[in-house]
Amino acid sequence: MLNGYGANIADGAWLTIQLALISMVLACGLGLAGAAFRLSPVRWLAWLGDLYSTVIRGIPDLVLILLIFYGGQDLVNRLAPMVGYDDYIDINPFAAGVFTLGFIFGAYLSETFRGAFLGIPKGQAEAGVAYGMRSTQVFFRILVPQMIRLAIPGFTNNWLVLTKATALISLVGLQDMMFKAKQAADATREPFTFYLAVAALYLIITSVSLLLLRLVEKRYSAGVKVADL
Amino acid sequence: MFKLEIQDLHKRYGDHEVIKGVSLAAKAGDVISIIGSSGSGKSTLLRCINMLEQPHAGKILLNGEELKLQPTKQGALRAADPKQLQKMRSRLAMVFQHFNLWSHMTVMQNVIEAPIHVLGVPKAEAIERAERYLAKVGVSHRKDAYPAHMSGGEQQRVAIARALAMEPEVMLFDEPTSALDPELVGDVLKVMRDLALEGRTMVVVTHEMGFAREVSNQVIFLHQGRVEESGNPREVLANPSSVRLQQFLSGSLK
Repeated sequence: MLNGYGANIADGAWLTIQLALISMVLACGLGLAGAAFRLSPVRWLAWLGDLYSTVIRGIPDLVLILLIFYGGQDLVNRLAPMVGYDDYIDINPFAAGVFTLGFIFGAYLSETFRGAFLGIPKGQAEAGVAYGMRSTQVFFRILVPQMIRLAIPGFTNNWLVLTKATALISLVGLQDMMFKAKQAADATREPFTFYLAVAALYLIITSVSLLLLRLVEKRYSAGVKVADL
Repeated sequence: MFKLEIQDLHKRYGDHEVIKGVSLAAKAGDVISIIGSSGSGKSTLLRCINMLEQPHAGKILLNGEELKLQPTKQGALRAADPKQLQKMRSRLAMVFQHFNLWSHMTVMQNVIEAPIHVLGVPKAEAIERAERYLAKVGVSHRKDAYPAHMSGGEQQRVAIARALAMEPEVMLFDEPTSALDPELVGDVLKVMRDLALEGRTMVVVTHEMGFAREVSNQVIFLHQGRVEESGNPREVLANPSSVRLQQFLSGSLK
């Protein structure tokens, strides 16, 4: 299939999925922290959260990826000799991709999560506080589960954009399905075939995600009355 | 000894003082009704008792133990020791005007949540407690329902069961029937009367003069942040001595 490049591209697709999933986990962690910071009554924490989302959302993804990968590589290799490490350090493109995408989409998710937290009625947290819960208990047992439902539409958007943004990581040498497709297209001079195939693969990944996220939304909407229109 | 004692509590929003030195004391089994028109500070007073609002001066004692307070930069008071405050809050179960049941949890999950995660009660025992209290307030049949699928009266009775499951020293009620349809008010008041008859210590902010008169043994009339009149409800409500209370009562009978 595909002039013998099928298996190759399938390997790349698996790498793309791994990259997207692991980046999303990191992005969720950073997004939650960012949202918690921005909503914090401690002024400098709120300022820090604000700085993160403003700066990262204001710079193109591609610029950040090149900056972190090449700039980061340069920086690490300048710093390493100072601490007595003299070998040249190669940054693994997968790790760089996870870090970069997680960092970028953490900033977007922090906005999504912040909006979702603000959508929870004040009495919900208040009841937790009034029953003697610690603030971490109120956050993780009361607010986060309710926030998830409100965040899912925005989260879904971010996940789709992130999945597609993994293609950018091929520019720094990650052999994901985009990279493999370009290789095959160049070698066989059949760009249409391979780019169409890879487009279909992205579409399959995103469509399956949409189905799964719909189930998640249903799960977290238990207890919510749907208005009959 | 008093179960709950509030001494000379003050609270202000900006320059506007909403509570100007209120004290109250509840012995075991006392039911104190706090009445007054909107804006008199009665809900704020109740919310200061468990520090949902920060007072600016005053003392709060539960079972003779004083809550340690320290001033914030803004001049309000906050708990000096968060552990002590959490422990105290877990002994003062609150019932809210808008129920505030956790909407992502079923009735059963709502009632066992704080006993398990705050008091450390084993799950099986918490469930057994919950079943007992849900039966007591008459909503056992809804234990797997979510709050949004129940009537206001049912939700408020679940909220009372949630409070009871903490086996608290004192129960605080913040206008528990104000958000209910008139025909549902009776069910909730009946549950509260049964609790009073069992000898539970309760502080109730209410607009229900019937409840204040028949069930409570102490009534406090707040006006513009001060205790205008207080005492035995049958005497105070039948023969109010202050003009303010006379006006308030004549308005409430209309």
